[in-house]
Amino acid sequence: MPELLAYQLLFVTGKGGVGKTTVAAAIALLASEQGRRTLVCEVEPKGDLARAYECGPTPFSGRRISENLVAMSMDTEASMREYLRVVAKVPTIGHIGPVARAFDFVATAAPGIKEILTVGKLCFEIRASRYDLVVVDASSTGNVVGELAAPTGINELIRVGVVRSQTDWILEILGDPTRTGAVIVTTPEEMPVTEAVDLAARLASETPVHLACVVANRVLPELFGHSEELVFNELARSATLDLLARELETSNELVEEVLAAARLAVTVRRDGVAHLERLRAEIASDVPLLYLPYLFARAHGLRAVRQVARALSEELLT
Amino acid sequence: MSRPERRLESRPESRPIPGRAGASVEQEQTRHLEQLLSAKEVVVVCGPGGVGKTTISASLAATAAARLGGRVLVLTVDPARRLADALGIGGLGNVARRVPDEAFAVAGVRPTGELYAAMLDMSESWDALVRRHAPDLGTANEILANPLYRNLTRRFAQGHDYIAMERLYELHEQGEYDLLVVDTPPSLNALDLLDAPGRMAEFFSSRLLRWLIVPYRSRLVNFASRPFYQVADRILGSQFLEDLAEFFILFQTMRDGFVARSEAVNRLIRDVRTTFVVVTTLEAVPAVDAEQLIESLRDRRLHLGLLVCNKVLPGSFSDAPVGRTAELLGQRAGELANSLADRVPVEPATESRPSGEMIGRVLAEVARSFANFRLVATREAELLRELSAAHEVTATVPYHPGHVTDLHGLLDVGAKIWGDEVAVATEKAGFRGARPSRGSRGPGRGSPSGTSRGRVAGASTEDRKHQSDKPESGGGS
Repeated sequence: MPELLAYQLLFVTGKGGVGKTTVAAAIALLASEQGRRTLVCEVEPKGDLARAYECGPTPFSGRRISENLVAMSMDTEASMREYLRVVAKVPTIGHIGPVARAFDFVATAAPGIKEILTVGKLCFEIRASRYDLVVVDASSTGNVVGELAAPTGINELIRVGVVRSQTDWILEILGDPTRTGAVIVTTPEEMPVTEAVDLAARLASETPVHLACVVANRVLPELFGHSEELVFNELARSATLDLLARELETSNELVEEVLAAARLAVTVRRDGVAHLERLRAEIASDVPLLYLPYLFARAHGLRAVRQVARALSEELLT
Repeated sequence: MSRPERRLESRPESRPIPGRAGASVEQEQTRHLEQLLSAKEVVVVCGPGGVGKTTISASLAATAAARLGGRVLVLTVDPARRLADALGIGGLGNVARRVPDEAFAVAGVRPTGELYAAMLDMSESWDALVRRHAPDLGTANEILANPLYRNLTRRFAQGHDYIAMERLYELHEQGEYDLLVVDTPPSLNALDLLDAPGRMAEFFSSRLLRWLIVPYRSRLVNFASRPFYQVADRILGSQFLEDLAEFFILFQTMRDGFVARSEAVNRLIRDVRTTFVVVTTLEAVPAVDAEQLIESLRDRRLHLGLLVCNKVLPGSFSDAPVGRTAELLGQRAGELANSLADRVPVEPATESRPSGEMIGRVLAEVARSFANFRLVATREAELLRELSAAHEVTATVPYHPGHVTDLHGLLDVGAKIWGDEVAVATEKAGFRGARPSRGSRGPGRGSPSGTSRGRVAGASTEDRKHQSDKPESGGGS
């Protein structure tokens, strides 16, 4: 089994818009196909996961996607209720109605509570051995550090109480590099790469979670090698252009448009390569960097997830 | 890169507007934008993550300063370093800095107004808020030193939304600027941004806050809050609850100020002088998010001034004759390569002629890449059609390789949003291989290029001569 799929808990994160959800959905799909009982959870319940799998809503209680795959959305309030019921054994949950209503504010007021209910629930699934792998479509760059750092923070803030007693085993799971890993998704662009590099550093310094790999998503294919590019440049010169246009019985302008389009593709790719080189240079050399291709065909929904899963599987085997 | 001066064929606005003879869509768009930015004092730029909100915000502000005049401030959240440097705000916090006229001069523009830029520093803004609303300096310092406060302001993601709106309000109140353009932080949910001020007021009035505070003062716990304490005690521990209560007692001293302020911020968002600009790319997920955002603006009766579709592939990809040429090129690559092989000049570097085989490979690759991008462009065109139907004023900004790294690039993007596709000298902005525009082939371009250029305060060398032609509307005074 590829190393990445041998983890038990994977937090997939990255700047908004880089394809975090698709990558998380693909990792989960791949793992489930390899027989791992897999749970995939979206932390920000926007319905992205449901869109990725083209299924109905993915509630907190989970929706079965396929034999080994269940998808859910985080709901910290439901997580608290479950926690109270299952772990803290607080009875008659109905009587704490006001708590439920005021929950958002408690969670806001008591820093780290929402985060720990999120991370705690996910770790709990691992601890209870209900799944072999939990893939988390985690918050984007800005918030994920807070989430993963919450258990440590809680330990410092809360000195007694049930929460305190729970953080120890949560921290043990989070801090175990053979069980838990972070996956940073980025694209070959300036800001996503910058954020990925910053995030890698912050994960290391502020959280117990180890960086499993970095995924460069939407990498454009290489059009030409160097010598081919020289030929291409030659084609774009007016004399050759005339020739091409005459052969194709069309206007110079049209041929020029086609060549310009190819030039755009070359330029876009080259800009991307520069960012990827920076990424490689600034991420610790022992962290694997996986490349996923840009999907020219319909780039969303289940088909995209399958394509990304296939590409990922090839990357993992090389 | 070529930037065909042309819109996507399928774009509905590319047709002349019925009942307005002579006005092209582009002219109409320019007029709309100039009116919008002259009439409004606050522009809130929002949209899904990763679509280029910051660049669009800066472009709108820079272009408004250049063309419409007045004092324009762009408040950005987290600009890429190079953009921050370009605006002269690198490493700066909340303090607004004027973007020097020299920066415009380098871009070949003499602005009619002044451009300022500031970054939104979250914790600094929170601190300023506390200092303003705390009853005295001692209380302010106590709050600022409280570890829970630090935690709260750093982690409270919704707080960021509030702070963005609150800073906007403050700047508007100060009245130093004619136009404020605010780039919003990426929200979990677009509604968060719109509802943040309301929620802040609600928070301070909430029963919860009273509950947290009461038992600390007296041990009297009323019937309604008792279960809360039982559970909270059990989960959090009473020590933590006491810490929390202490913090909120301090915080409570700022209540009236905060509530009044949030209500005022709320009013500003709903004010007729405020407009929203939604930015998206034409990819499936961001487009859905943008659509939801537009809907929620509509539900709240907030003013949607403009929808910007960013990073749109050039129109040539969906141009049928160009597409046919690419197909032909691919089909006949081998044959074309043979007839070209002995006529391509000798490569000086290798002192040899490329083989027919290699030329064929290059041609085939060119055709294949065109087909790939055409697929994406077609999808984009459809999304654009759907989004434009949802809102009548839609601007498209073509894909720009590299990043917009200077004022020149920002003004170029601004020209695209304005709808007058001015040929700005493009090398600097990272556009490569720009060619003279072929306006004659563009559909629906009503105006002779001369007239539309005269209006524009930033353009290529020959356009600079028209600098004396001031923009028609003197903005935001």
